[in-house]
Amino acid sequence: MTELYKRAAVFQFEYRRSPDQDAAAPVRRPIVVVGAGPIGLATAIDLAERGNAVVLLDDADRIGEGSRGLCYSKRALEILDRLGAGEQVVEKGVSWKLGKVFFRNDKVYEFDLLPEAGHKMPAFVNLQQFYLEQYLVERALDLDNLEIRWSNRVTGLDNRPDGVGLTIDTPDGPYVLETDWLIAADGARSSLRDMVGAGFIGRTFEDQFLIADINMKADFPPERWFWFEPPFHGGQSALLHRQPDDTWRIDFQIGIEADARKEQEPERVRARLDRMLEGRDYSLVWVSVYKFQCRRMENFRHGRVFFAGDSAHQVSPFGARGANSGLEDAENIAWKLDLVLKGEAPESLLDTYHLERSAAADMNIGHSTRSTDFISPKGPAAIGYRNAVLDLSRRFDFARRMVNSGRLSTPATYETPLSTPDADTFAGAARLGAPLPDAPLRNVDGFDVWLLEALGDDFTLIVFADGAAPAVPDGVTLLDIGAGWSDPKGMLAERLDATPGATYLVRPDQHLAARWRHYDPALVAAALDRAKGIVK
Amino acid sequence: MSRLLTQSRFANPDEAFVAIVDAHRDLAPEASAALDARLVLLLANHIGDIAVLKEALAAAREGLADSRAG
Repeated sequence: MTELYKRAAVFQFEYRRSPDQDAAAPVRRPIVVVGAGPIGLATAIDLAERGNAVVLLDDADRIGEGSRGLCYSKRALEILDRLGAGEQVVEKGVSWKLGKVFFRNDKVYEFDLLPEAGHKMPAFVNLQQFYLEQYLVERALDLDNLEIRWSNRVTGLDNRPDGVGLTIDTPDGPYVLETDWLIAADGARSSLRDMVGAGFIGRTFEDQFLIADINMKADFPPERWFWFEPPFHGGQSALLHRQPDDTWRIDFQIGIEADARKEQEPERVRARLDRMLEGRDYSLVWVSVYKFQCRRMENFRHGRVFFAGDSAHQVSPFGARGANSGLEDAENIAWKLDLVLKGEAPESLLDTYHLERSAAADMNIGHSTRSTDFISPKGPAAIGYRNAVLDLSRRFDFARRMVNSGRLSTPATYETPLSTPDADTFAGAARLGAPLPDAPLRNVDGFDVWLLEALGDDFTLIVFADGAAPAVPDGVTLLDIGAGWSDPKGMLAERLDATPGATYLVRPDQHLAARWRHYDPALVAAALDRAKGIVK
Repeated sequence: MSRLLTQSRFANPDEAFVAIVDAHRDLAPEASAALDARLVLLLANHIGDIAVLKEALAAAREGLADSRAG
């Protein structure tokens, strides 16, 4: 961003002085989250919904314009739905499932993302980030045990074995706050990351992309269109996404040599857009130039400080793996920290946050790096092979499968010590360590509900009835399919490959922790301990 | 697991060699490079075995100077 496009406030909030600022000695809180972007908000809401008192700090006092984060994956929507914002996002957002790839003048490839029927959430929704942030802030304001402090900028961090001290700057001057646990969701340029002295592993890309939001009445369908070397943007790539409010998002690759300041001048941006939009009427809303990195922190946990979202890992925008993977971070740390705070799990459970989410980050970084190398090839051989794939893709299926304009975000499957390895054989869509696939169910009162809505906030045991009455451990929600609950379309049984007696233990983040062909209380109890990180 | 076959496989090796060279006749260097790239991609997919492909790549690269080194 430059001053050419002044970043207007879409939603303005008010700094309020907290009593903590007047306390004689620093006040100690159980949980502080830094950064009121989507990831910080989701983490704070999740922890507050689980009954924890949370303070959320943000250095700004407004949500700014510009679409920034744009594509929300089905898994991200499911997480947001659990937090109470998913339906708003879907209703306001533009659902899409079809992606088209063009090379020069021709369409060479298209993909359909919708996996199958019988899921509450669509494959992808496009929505300007400020709307998501607005919905999450509204949700946060409903929660009495979640306090947002705007214009609170962390300037110092004392990460001790027994707690974390924060020095916070405000319009009224600085104050000190103590916390048992800290979640740093303060974005790609995280100052907290600098304060713990952590570096990055990964790559920085030099190529530059111009990003523009425009308003335009157009009858294009809601699809993702990606161009390699289109005639309107010689030699480089372009991407078009539809957003709500007749807003469209366009990305232009502009190369390493481009002058970022100059390229954001309205007349230059308009010249590019005019060539692309062939005389259609539009107005410019927001323009920026970005470069990106594919990298992550070596360790997402630093003592009592956990890094989530862009502060911990960064990817290119091709694949929608930034905010979506950040929301998966949020739900992963929330249930674990909650169980530890309630004394139901050992503190070592928190180490599995880094274990599971850094593996997910590595997968995302791998996809993102490969996409970037395809979109922005370096050197004559790489360009030659990229274009050979695109040429062959007109005629051959194998080459279409190599065309990489971004492999879109899919949820992580954890290979984790928290899972109990399968002793029985299972087919079906469900995978151990992955989020359960959704399915339509009927509850005990005969109402239609979705599986993912029916899962408990804590652990859930799904048992396909075979006549026996399962005795469920304390705090575990039971879904007895075929006894109280039913699977009217048989979709759940199909997706879980269930037979009578089949039993599934589901984590609070809806990932599958264990499964058996037959219910055995001793095996369930052992798997539950294991999923909480309890070693006996 | 299959391995890269390096024994002679063509009944008439001369014919195979000439076919490849002939395909480049009258092509400018850039088009010639494009032909090679397409050919490699087609044949790699035909082989369809990542281990064999990597072995072939290593064999092909052997002895070529790495301009980044030294």
